[in-house]
Amino acid sequence: MPRVIPPVPDRDDQYFWTGVEEGRLLARRCAHCSFLQHPPSPMCPKCGSVDWLIQELSGRGVVYSWIVSRHPSEAESSPRIVALVELEEGPRLVSNLQDVTVPAVVTGMPVELAFAEFDGVKLPQFRPVGGGS
Amino acid sequence: MALAKGAAAIAGIGQTEFSKDSGRSELQLASEAVRAALDDAGLTPADVDGLVTMTHDTNDEHALIRSVGIEQVRWTSRTPFGGGGSAALVEHAAAAVASGAADVVVVFRAFNERSGSRFGQPTGRALTPGLSWHLPYGLDTPAKMYALWYQRYMHQYGLTNEDFGRYTVVARKHAATNPNAWFYKRPITLEEHQNSRWIVEPILRLLDCCQESDGGVALVVTSAERAKDLRRPLVTIDGATQGSVINSDILFNYYDHDLARFPQAEYVARQLWGSTGLGPADIDAAMIYENFSPVVFYQLEAFGFCDHGEAKDFIADGNIELGGRLPVNTHGGLLGEAYIHGVNNIIEGVRQIRGSATNQVPDAQHVLCAVGHSAVVLGSGD
Repeated sequence: MPRVIPPVPDRDDQYFWTGVEEGRLLARRCAHCSFLQHPPSPMCPKCGSVDWLIQELSGRGVVYSWIVSRHPSEAESSPRIVALVELEEGPRLVSNLQDVTVPAVVTGMPVELAFAEFDGVKLPQFRPVGGGS
Repeated sequence: MALAKGAAAIAGIGQTEFSKDSGRSELQLASEAVRAALDDAGLTPADVDGLVTMTHDTNDEHALIRSVGIEQVRWTSRTPFGGGGSAALVEHAAAAVASGAADVVVVFRAFNERSGSRFGQPTGRALTPGLSWHLPYGLDTPAKMYALWYQRYMHQYGLTNEDFGRYTVVARKHAATNPNAWFYKRPITLEEHQNSRWIVEPILRLLDCCQESDGGVALVVTSAERAKDLRRPLVTIDGATQGSVINSDILFNYYDHDLARFPQAEYVARQLWGSTGLGPADIDAAMIYENFSPVVFYQLEAFGFCDHGEAKDFIADGNIELGGRLPVNTHGGLLGEAYIHGVNNIIEGVRQIRGSATNQVPDAQHVLCAVGHSAVVLGSGD
């Protein structure tokens, strides 16, 4: 497993990483205009509000784009697949695909949330709906 | 309204050699490039009253002033976004000149990007909170960060990595006849491109990636009126602008728009064509920033040289080669000549207008230097 760089939560995104610890995928929804945003910004770009509600997301989405992430010069036993997942609620999220290998990765494929821990870092991950290949 | 046409001119260009190990400090590279640009213009350090560089540049303005012997400076500014701001450097300098804030502005960029700090190596930690959305998942190099954008383009328009290779072959062909290029006399075939190792599968091979280079470059910007009296042929800044749009980002351009498009570049194009009264058909050559080969495809489409999804055919049909409809990166670009953060592309644009390029486009009157997030149109003053 490749080295994992841990996140550095701050005041604007602590809710997300707390959710990850609890096994929940969370996003912020504007308390005034209901705009759902990820990644978060402190102010709602639609209405100017700084009041947010936390919403748990379904964890279902499709692969919008993807790459195989290798070290540029060092051999790795198992390079990670990085995917940009378009969630069914709308926002996109960068994550990794599990339980699937390259020939079976297709842009547009339905995926679902599955948390995993690497190097002591818990991260939201995704796997093909209905099991891997 | 973008910068007024012909408000300023590039009167001098200078550079060090481009290498993989300069053997000297970044401040020395900057100093040498600035002196060379002033000599080229026929000006002295005493004429300089403005300095512009990138936020990424490590050289302190005061240290450069002291080293070059510049006496008094009344304008300094820096452009954000790394290479994305390389054309914005010219806009900053031209705006300072056009407003009267300065008379002679030197643009500089110098680094040991190969022998010193290398941009392409994996980032070790999430230095700023925003990186938490990307680094933990393995997006720890520019190649990976950008490739997640490019893959959608490939998917949408049905490209394979071989299509990107056709650009690289042209870049290396142009570099092969440019003695200033690292890959001088070293063209490649498409087969060699396809045999180079994957950097980010299935998008980027080694030969899709820009070089890592050491070197320094500089430009002297002054009024067109003053430039006419100096020693080199007039090269006017006919248009210059930047393009940041909501939900855009330099490295992580993922979250809102259609990733098969480049909305920042489309915004830049609309402004440039509007302010100059020119269009794609008026451009005789284009220097297009390519940290990685796919970004040339996006920009050819964003600037309207071909329709969306058609850059693949535009390139395959030979349009971007010398003698083609729109010669692109006649010096070999950042893949073939060197990676001086895109500012070497501006220098090549100046050479094309002057008629002094090694791979000269006959009678070049208008040259586009585009970085997606910023761009300039250089002209011959007509």
